[in-house]
Amino acid sequence: MALSASKLKVGDTHTERVVDDLTRTQIVQYAGASGDYNPLHSDDLFTREVAGYPGVFAHGMLTMGLTGKMVTNYVGDARLRKYGVRFTSQVWPGDTLDATATVKEIRDVDGVKVVELDIATVNQNGAQVLSGYAEARIDS
Amino acid sequence: MPAKRFPVEAGHIMMFARAVGDPNKVYSDEDYAKASEAGGIVAPPTFVQSSAQFDEDYHLRPKFGEKWFGSGKTPTGVAEPPGAGGGGGLHAEQHYEYHRQLRPGDVLSATQLPGKTWEKEGRRSGKLVFAETITEYRDQKGELVITARSVGVRTERPAAQA
Repeated sequence: MALSASKLKVGDTHTERVVDDLTRTQIVQYAGASGDYNPLHSDDLFTREVAGYPGVFAHGMLTMGLTGKMVTNYVGDARLRKYGVRFTSQVWPGDTLDATATVKEIRDVDGVKVVELDIATVNQNGAQVLSGYAEARIDS
Repeated sequence: MPAKRFPVEAGHIMMFARAVGDPNKVYSDEDYAKASEAGGIVAPPTFVQSSAQFDEDYHLRPKFGEKWFGSGKTPTGVAEPPGAGGGGGLHAEQHYEYHRQLRPGDVLSATQLPGKTWEKEGRRSGKLVFAETITEYRDQKGELVITARSVGVRTERPAAQA
C-alpha cells in the first residue's frame, strides 16, 4: 500500500472523486461528528435571510476531510507528517469534487524518505475549492 | 476556549470517518486495523477538529436555555444576529502537523497560542480581516501530538460565490 521513493517521481499524480453530488444530509452528518453546528451549513432560512448567501454550503473542514481521504488512500495509513489547506471557494450541495495530489519533492529527513505533495480539489465546473500540501513518510 | 479534556473514542472516530465519506476500515474495524501497518485504529487526518465537542463554551453549538442565532419561528433567534458571513466569519486556512498518530484512548488537552492578524481589501467581499490561531494538542503525558494552525476571516459582505 505504501509508496516507495524508488517508484515515485516528481510530477506523479493521483486523483480521486471524493464526493459525488454532495447532499445536505452529509453536511449535517459532518456537523454532528465535528460539533460545528454553524447554521450556515444546515439552516437554509438563516443562511439566506440573515447571512445573505444563496443557501447552505459545506464546512471548509468537510472539504478538507474529503480531500484527506484521497491523501491517506495515496500515501497509506499512519504516514502523514503534515497536511494544510486554503479554502479557495465554497462547496455547495450538489457539488462533485475531484481531489488530486502531485508529487512536488522526495527527500531524506533524518534518514527517512519523505514525499511532499501539492494538493488541489476542484468542483464539477473545474473551479478550485481547496489548495494545499501534504508531507508523508514513504518507503525507500 | 480550547477543549481542556478531549477523550479520543473509537465510536467518535467511526462517526467522523463516515461523515467525510471514508470507508477505510482502519477507522472502524479493530481487527483489520491491528493487522494493518497502522497497528490499530487511528484517527483520520482532520479528526482533531471535533475537539469542538469538548469545548464547553463553543459558540457554534446550541445550548440549553440560551438563544440560538439560527432559525426557529423566525430566521434568527437573536435580536442582533451576526453580520455577513453568519456566525463568527469563515474558515480561510487550516494546517496540521502530526507529531504522532492519534488513537482511541488518547486524552488530549488543547492550548491556544496567540497568532497574527492582518487585513486585506477583497474585490467583492469588502474589507477582510484575517486572524490566526495556533492550537497545541497534548496527550495525557503532556507530549505534543498535533499542532494545528487555523486562519479565520471576517468579511464586510457575504464572501464571493463560486
